Amino acid sequence: MTAATLAPAAVDTQSMTGSQVVLRALVEQGVDTIFGYPGGAVLPLYDAIFQQDKIRHVLVRHEQAAVHAAEGYARSTGKVGVVLVTSGPGATNTVTGLTDALMDSVPIVCLTGQVPTHMIGNDAFQEADTVGITRPCTKHNYLVKRPEDLARVMHEAFHVARSGRPGPVVIDLPKNIQMGKALYQGKDEVRHRSYHPRREPDAERIEQAIEMIARAERPVFYVGGGLVNAGHEACALLTELVRETGYPITQTLMGLGAYPGSDPQSLGMLGMHGTLEANLAMYHCDVMVCIGARFDDRVTGRLDGFSPGSKKIHIDIDPSSINKNIAVDVSVVADAVEAVGALLAAWRRRSNSVSRDKVAPWWAQIEEWRKKDSLRFRQDGAGIKPQTAIRRLYEATRESDVYVTTDVGQHQMWAAQHFTFEKPMRWLTSGGLGTMGYGFPAALGVQMAHPEATVLCISGDASWVMNMQEMSTAIQYRLPVKTFILNNSYMGMVRQWQDFFHGQRHASSYMESLPDFVKLAEAFGATGLRATTVEELDQVIAKALATEGPVLVDVVVDREENVYPMIPGGAAHNEIKLSPEDEGQHEAISEEGMVLV
Amino acid sequence: MAEEERRHTIVVLVDNEPGVLARVIGLFSGRGYNIESLTVAQVDKVRGQSRINIVTTGTELVIEQIKALLGKLVPVHRVQDLTIEGPHVERELALVKVLGDREQLVRALRIADFMHARLVDSSPESFVFEMTGTSDELDAFISLVEPVEVSRAGVVAIGRGRTVLASNGA
Repeated sequence: MTAATLAPAAVDTQSMTGSQVVLRALVEQGVDTIFGYPGGAVLPLYDAIFQQDKIRHVLVRHEQAAVHAAEGYARSTGKVGVVLVTSGPGATNTVTGLTDALMDSVPIVCLTGQVPTHMIGNDAFQEADTVGITRPCTKHNYLVKRPEDLARVMHEAFHVARSGRPGPVVIDLPKNIQMGKALYQGKDEVRHRSYHPRREPDAERIEQAIEMIARAERPVFYVGGGLVNAGHEACALLTELVRETGYPITQTLMGLGAYPGSDPQSLGMLGMHGTLEANLAMYHCDVMVCIGARFDDRVTGRLDGFSPGSKKIHIDIDPSSINKNIAVDVSVVADAVEAVGALLAAWRRRSNSVSRDKVAPWWAQIEEWRKKDSLRFRQDGAGIKPQTAIRRLYEATRESDVYVTTDVGQHQMWAAQHFTFEKPMRWLTSGGLGTMGYGFPAALGVQMAHPEATVLCISGDASWVMNMQEMSTAIQYRLPVKTFILNNSYMGMVRQWQDFFHGQRHASSYMESLPDFVKLAEAFGATGLRATTVEELDQVIAKALATEGPVLVDVVVDREENVYPMIPGGAAHNEIKLSPEDEGQHEAISEEGMVLV
Repeated sequence: MAEEERRHTIVVLVDNEPGVLARVIGLFSGRGYNIESLTVAQVDKVRGQSRINIVTTGTELVIEQIKALLGKLVPVHRVQDLTIEGPHVERELALVKVLGDREQLVRALRIADFMHARLVDSSPESFVFEMTGTSDELDAFISLVEPVEVSRAGVVAIGRGRTVLASNGA
């Protein structure tokens, strides 16, 4: 029990139902939209929603999609996304979305219905051990057993979801708690007993870091989704710091947009399918400044071959991310806004003494790598190369207020490589968990938050089908998301790995009997379009963007195209493969590398 | 960083709420870390706090990761690695049952005597001893008396001297 719950002044004497307490807490927390699906154990909450007009409820068609939509809402606004589902299957269907949000640090509060407290443990109809099932896939979770705890738990959940390293929080709400009498407490009356993550950086560590940065001859900034999570100010501060130092910067998949992608100091994305210049800069650098990234295996490649000669600085809000995969020389546990602000101030105090010339040879080397144009591809013939489709889509939308979501696979990597992001929170993709089916519902969440924006979902023929039922949601709420399926009739990334590492045996990666996506869109009441040649492509893109309401575009692309560059599993950054001409070398991959995913 | 595995005694002060132990155990099982011993009991009724004593083995990096992950759990107030943070006292309690004829029991009683174990139950064919001491002392006693059944409480530990593990504020 908190001190706050004992304070008599804190208690609102007006008696409310548990459902009303939940809604009032949501309003006080600034929530205007929730994504959900009703069922027996949440009927009192739905009844309360029906009788108010401060919160919009968006009815999805599957609970997994509710979480992805809330993720899209959260990641494009910086606010907490809210989900409401029923007990049993409603709750278990959220597990993929919750795990996705945990891996990618997305603040979510997920309210799940539960059977009444006296029936818990009886194997009641639609009962599941929701707190047990979701414990490993949430940042924290609660089962509310007493109405007097309800308001406190609601406010605590928002605090936990959004502070520190953000993440999903589940609140399991038995039906009798929703219906019983409960007292309301305001959010300012609740202070968490134990959870107060550190925000301020250690001044001495900042000095050590800036000393290293100032002395560097071959520096590189390596930034990730944590910086985006820290918000626009953190990204703006970082942009200033990078520009004032004149150092190169590379971004992770999750960090795209944290720094303007078209800026000459940006080396683009690093990692398994990152650019040659980004990966070689990581390999050969003498000082690496990692901010809000976690040395993920997709980024590091083989650990003992990772940037062998560098001093490493790691700034992260999560102490458990530090020294997890890679031992670093200076670690700073802090919010990126505070840490980057402190770095910038420290840099300005000494920048006069730092010569820009000392990094000139490093830049000359980087420009050599850049000249190889590692993202090049050959668009010959009338057929559409998937990279061409992304580039044309980018050209057609770059001047508009655009958000992009993706699913998972080849199309995701091509989108990351060929669509350029100038601002944070514009690029939404499932990075950590790699959830096929993420993109379309996430796009709906983005569009709910930004009704006037152009929201693109770049998907694949396999991924899109995983949550295609959400087209009904798009129609119901008139969400004009423009979806572009790069259709190669394969699970393309699976097929690519089978080609490289499993003797070209395409076990279950060929999509036989795909639906006619144009007719499918029409069946839902949306607009369906198709492009099969480069000539058609621009017209179809223009038509899709000009069409009101949701549009599904079937872009029939070259079926055999592979994603390059590629660092095969178990290889180091300097073993990057640039093009199909390098393909023969894949047979040399080690057993050890083969077991990696 | 050192690669060799080392035994660490870690104490954790937590809110005594449902599921807190499951969170701690899940953290170990979910990531494949070892638990050699784990004890938990409420230690502060007024604040509703429990203390968990964990004995685990791992490389320096793994131990650092375990402590960071424990510290991240929402109901956790404090994490202290007694193995690193100065001298401490560790104790464990065991109940040890010995069966046998009169001669065997007398032999066990003699061992118990010089090892400071207490006889807490006896019947014509059985003795139950209680022994408190370090884990090593318990191991030695158990190997000498050849018991038929052993119940061990797990390690409890506390720092020596003036240092105190308490929650911040609250």
